Amino acid sequence: MSETTGATKRELRNPLRGWYANLPRPARWAVLAVVAALAYLLPYVGQVPVVGPQIITAGIDWPTALFNMSYYVLLALGLNVVVGFAGLLDLGYVGFFAVGALTVAVLTSPDSQLGTKWSWLAAVPVAIALSLISGLVLGWPTLRLRGDYLAIVTLGFAEIIRVAADSTEFLRGDRGFSKLPHPPGTYADGKPIFAIMDATPYFWLGVTLIILVVIGARNLERSRVGRSWLAIREDEEAAEVMGVRTIKFKLWAFAIGASIGGFGGVLFAGQPGFVNSSSFQLLFSILVLAGVVMGGSGNIPGAILGGVLISYIPDRLRNVEVFGKDAFEYRFLFFGLLIILIMIFRPQGLIPSRRRAAELKDRAKEVQA
Amino acid sequence: MHYLSEHFSSLFRDFGQLTTTGLAQGAIYALFALGYTLVYGVLRLINFAHSEVFIVGTFGAVLTWSAFGLDQNSHIDGVGFVVLYLLVGLLAAVIASGGTAVVVELTAYRPLRRKNAPPLVFLITAIGASTVLSELVGVLTDRSVRSSPIFVQPHDLIRIGNMSLTNVQLILIVTALVMMVALDLFINRTRLGRGVRAVAQNPDSAALMGVNKNRVISLIFLLGGLMAGVAAVMYMMKIGTTRYDAGFYLGIKAFTAAVLGGIGNLRGALLGGLILGLVENYGSGFFGTQWHDAVAFVALVLILLFRPTGLLGESLGRARA
Repeated sequence: MSETTGATKRELRNPLRGWYANLPRPARWAVLAVVAALAYLLPYVGQVPVVGPQIITAGIDWPTALFNMSYYVLLALGLNVVVGFAGLLDLGYVGFFAVGALTVAVLTSPDSQLGTKWSWLAAVPVAIALSLISGLVLGWPTLRLRGDYLAIVTLGFAEIIRVAADSTEFLRGDRGFSKLPHPPGTYADGKPIFAIMDATPYFWLGVTLIILVVIGARNLERSRVGRSWLAIREDEEAAEVMGVRTIKFKLWAFAIGASIGGFGGVLFAGQPGFVNSSSFQLLFSILVLAGVVMGGSGNIPGAILGGVLISYIPDRLRNVEVFGKDAFEYRFLFFGLLIILIMIFRPQGLIPSRRRAAELKDRAKEVQA
Repeated sequence: MHYLSEHFSSLFRDFGQLTTTGLAQGAIYALFALGYTLVYGVLRLINFAHSEVFIVGTFGAVLTWSAFGLDQNSHIDGVGFVVLYLLVGLLAAVIASGGTAVVVELTAYRPLRRKNAPPLVFLITAIGASTVLSELVGVLTDRSVRSSPIFVQPHDLIRIGNMSLTNVQLILIVTALVMMVALDLFINRTRLGRGVRAVAQNPDSAALMGVNKNRVISLIFLLGGLMAGVAAVMYMMKIGTTRYDAGFYLGIKAFTAAVLGGIGNLRGALLGGLILGLVENYGSGFFGTQWHDAVAFVALVLILLFRPTGLLGESLGRARA
């Protein structure tokens, strides 16, 4: 292990992480398998005594809440690649989500002018490919820009997509696309597995996608690509001098992030069977960013936790009264405050990436010297 | 081809009208953009919370006017009263905006500077601050639309062919110019302004030369807030209504204006604001009003691609690589 001394100290301070890191490889896989299995069992958490009723309060439709969580987590994982791994601030992540969702809608819905009425499964690869291409198209010209300009351009991109969705006849604006088909598959008695009424199978589908994305992201992080991202994040100029082709790897991050975002959009479009332009507000991008940062930017478990929190907390706030109003009203206020407080007191997030925590510590030391 | 020519003819038919409304809109962008430019020039931070600083200003003015018993239906007689009420509203807006800007600086950004946080952390905090302020205003005002009284009934002052300039538009443009000149003089001619330029050039050297860095930074937030306060009253004169979330797009466009002119460059902010106002109006004249917002963003992307440092280049008395 070529970690710095700071990292080993951190390990000692966090016994759980130390225990996990010291397990032999098969045992680590076993632990992950158990965690994954527990994730699949989440729909039944209500039957757990004591804890269950605390998690599922009266205002929550649990299967739908879980389904929402699954695509929020997917988005957090995707944005984590862009912001956490490569250190590129993308404020318009919802744009890729919109591309994914709208592509599925246009190709499959009977409302679409194309009239193709494809099946859900056939539209998925096209949607992901288009999200990926939109990531490349946006990234290719803009990644030469400095970080903060990039932020504003990505924000502009998401807005252009939203305005286009809002005001073109082809994308139907507010009226949206309805009657999107569901993924294939039927139960033994001939009823379809995926339907509007029951979100649980969709949640399971979401968890499966999340596991695939996590495996992919984890391997990428440890590959040459991931090391290049790290170098770019820590010091772009130094990386360039050392022979890292920064533009190429930034594009990689953008394209991968975009296709995961598109994936999220595809999943989102399926369950309610309806997509319209009002789902693509900028606050949504900011919410996902808050999730990534809150959980621990650059760390996959952190991003997952962040995605769960941003989706679960507003649901949990429903029917809780604060100052005579439903606490749900205050959700964005709450997230805004949370972002500021985390940035000031724990910029590395709740489950930090060790590397990032060390980077932040280094900078804090520089100022005292 | 027929389709295209229709678009062109609608653009040319309204060209004069689009020009004057564009300039008036651009004047608001320009005042607004000064706040971004000042902060960016010194801290290299996109202060996302600036749009909410502006919104607080609009509410400061509207609430003050309603405290005087004025609403959108009241008629104010006499030039003296109009000027008086406008000045009172202006004062309230300026205090509200300036105060908010300084509070954001002290509570959100200063702790980060002490820790030498990376730029990404600053930017994310700025987004958080923007969300908090906007939602706070939203919760406090029940997310309702508030209107201001009509102080100046717009009527045409000058009319040349189909181009007309109303009195409100003239007030907006002149105010923006006056504020701009005043700020430019302040930065370039006064002692405090020299401090600002010094910190923009090199914060550490400036500190060694005895400039109080933190005070200068608070000062620029205050100045930006004051400009936003003026912009807020101008906005209320032109649009007449405000809402907790009205600042967001305006803010992004004002930032676009700042980038267009060359961020960190005060004169650039004015130029950028006016040009953006024009481009946006011509664009919506050509493509249709629903594309109004998209035009600004497309313009931003194109500018950054071909001239990343803006039309007049980045500078606040600084040549930093």
